[in-house]
Amino acid sequence: MNWLSHPWPWYVAGPLIGLMVPTMLFIGNRSFGISNNLRHLCAITQPQQVDVDFFRYDWKEHTWSLMFVIGTVLGGYLAGVVFANPDPVALTQAARDMLLSWGFLLPSGALVPDELFHPGVRNFTFLFACGVLVGFGTRYAGGCTSGHAITGLATLQLASLYAVLGIFAGGLTASWLLMPVMLYG
Amino acid sequence: MRYIPYLFAGLVFGFVLIKSEAASWYRIQEMFHFQNFHMFGILVSAIVTGLISIQIVKRLGKRHALDGQDIDIPEKPPGRRSHILGGLIFGFGWGLIGLCPGPIFALVGTGSMGALVVLLGAMHGTWLYGALKEHMPH
Repeated sequence: MNWLSHPWPWYVAGPLIGLMVPTMLFIGNRSFGISNNLRHLCAITQPQQVDVDFFRYDWKEHTWSLMFVIGTVLGGYLAGVVFANPDPVALTQAARDMLLSWGFLLPSGALVPDELFHPGVRNFTFLFACGVLVGFGTRYAGGCTSGHAITGLATLQLASLYAVLGIFAGGLTASWLLMPVMLYG
Repeated sequence: MRYIPYLFAGLVFGFVLIKSEAASWYRIQEMFHFQNFHMFGILVSAIVTGLISIQIVKRLGKRHALDGQDIDIPEKPPGRRSHILGGLIFGFGWGLIGLCPGPIFALVGTGSMGALVVLLGAMHGTWLYGALKEHMPH
């Protein structure tokens, strides 16, 4: 059962992810996308006295979507804990050189670096703030990588092309200009 | 019972995100620095697979989903400014923490405390958008 614990190549993973689009249509005429669940989670947890209109709807109609992300969490558990990859992420030499020049250690087993994800006030403040950007931006744009880049482009929608251009412009800016200086100061 | 197919599809999705390391900060940095084809291969082959299967669904004519509804291809709401600006803000966060919403949920499943903090932040960001929506250019 080696294939269950070892990493999968792009030509296996990509088509499987792409098949989510017709799969969701076949199951119940649903559009594949993840970030709407963040809105449903807000609708579930919003305290009565806050009451923002955007979250005042019957989230139970979206139970199917919440079930999908519960599945995603379970899938993460199976792939990352039960069938965990025993080897660290195998980066290209260029990426290893870049990490070292940024002052990061090379990957040692986890999918994310301890330098940014190890529990601590500084890291958690950073992660929370970046999470705010992700949550705000995806709802403003009306979708994330799954809803826009995959479902949107696969259905040839101009709106999604704009979103994907924005996403890559933002990502390039952050990873080229801000990331290299994250560990200093 | 009718939710079981969604749960199972989500499980496959989460499994693939971890196995392909799309939920890895390292892979996302490699992608944004054009050091490895891996992530581009995943995204492009996912889009092409989706594109081909959508064309097949269209040519099959009127079909019913498992629950009896007619299948129709989803349309995104129009709008250029909100898509570009929202994309920029989301992309900026993605470039820093290397996690977009799907991988956030998958990584929470691996027991990462940091991913849980990102999820809490993303919920607050979503809430902030909901509260400020009327004041934003769309």
